[in-house]
Amino acid sequence: MTAPELVTSEDINAYVDGELPDERRAEVVAWIAANSDAASTVAAYRAQRQALKDALEPILREPVPARLLAATQRQRRPFQNWARQAAAAVLLLAIGSGAGWYAANQRRPVAPTAEERGFGERAAVAHFVYAPEVRHPVEVTADDQAHLVAWLSKRLGTKLKAPVLVPAGFELVGGRLLPDAHSPAAQFMYQDAQGRRITLYVRVDDAHISETAFRWIKEGQVEVCFWMDGTVGYALAGELERKDIYRLAKLVYQQING
Amino acid sequence: MAQPEPDIVVLIPRLRRYARALTANADLADDLVQDCLARGLSKMHLWRRGTDLRAWLFTIMHNLNVNNARRNRIRPDNQAEPDWRSGSQPAGQDEVVELRSIVTALRQLPEEQRAVVVLVGIEEMSYREAADILAIPVGTVMSRLARGRERLRQLTGQGDRRGATGP
Repeated sequence: MTAPELVTSEDINAYVDGELPDERRAEVVAWIAANSDAASTVAAYRAQRQALKDALEPILREPVPARLLAATQRQRRPFQNWARQAAAAVLLLAIGSGAGWYAANQRRPVAPTAEERGFGERAAVAHFVYAPEVRHPVEVTADDQAHLVAWLSKRLGTKLKAPVLVPAGFELVGGRLLPDAHSPAAQFMYQDAQGRRITLYVRVDDAHISETAFRWIKEGQVEVCFWMDGTVGYALAGELERKDIYRLAKLVYQQING
Repeated sequence: MAQPEPDIVVLIPRLRRYARALTANADLADDLVQDCLARGLSKMHLWRRGTDLRAWLFTIMHNLNVNNARRNRIRPDNQAEPDWRSGSQPAGQDEVVELRSIVTALRQLPEEQRAVVVLVGIEEMSYREAADILAIPVGTVMSRLARGRERLRQLTGQGDRRGATGP
């Protein structure tokens, strides 16, 4: 072991990382206090640690590429195989009955442009990432709803509402702030009595206002219904059947415009 | 009630960050993450429930990266353009230059030092955790960290320590 009076560069690093054993700590701290070279090394390492974190932190906020999400699909809950088969069966049925609700949809579905698809995909990824979260699904819970809505409204620069979806069986869990492509986005999360979650993803973007019409994409098992309303884009995502998402999306739309 | 299945999806952003720190190119980094996910899922039965899933996946990624480097004889340090950040543009140009320089410097570290600097400094793992992931003694973590940080300091021009040597 090192002689007691000798402070090594390993000690200096351990001090920076909070890894010094208690019995060594006083000695090293005294050495750093008395030695300006050591003190500037500590400062430099701390700055370096922070600079590296700052530089790489934005990667955490990037949308997760679809291929990586797809790579995890096998692992997801065992009932998913069953669910996939069930979904296929439902799809066959829907070919028959689906025309009905499509016809009932006065705002007819429109094929999304690449730009719009990007918005829908980011909403899907945000759903993928946070809906399964057990401990931290939201940043601010519904208990503090007034604060949640005020905070997200302020950050998005528009007056938001957290739609009430209780009539459809979904209660607000809370929400969080997220980065969209060029601006902040808000995510509201809802949950029903069976623990199924849906998320409403909202962002403001005055760059491309298009006509209000529902667009759809499907990422894995997640159905996303999205539309623009003036400068505000909305996307409702969930692992539900399309007709259920549609019903919920209509509820959201009516409340926002009501 | 059964313990909820830990969802690998929520770990992807951190796996991507680690991969991006290890390999300069964003696509190659995502390839590494994809391989890591596939390998991890196929060996999921070997993961001990209750232990840190992230550390376990990082171990897999580290081993894959070492194997890739050995097989392809690609030195990640030699990538021409550090495409470490796909898409977004930060606000100030100065910021870009500064952030790039620290990441560029990181890539110039020998692989073994870089892994330690990243695990401890960015992923905030303890020396013990880093040692387990890299399958090396804690003392080796400490000496690599000391050398790596000092080298980074020289590369970013933060001033030399007396007695420190560098090429």
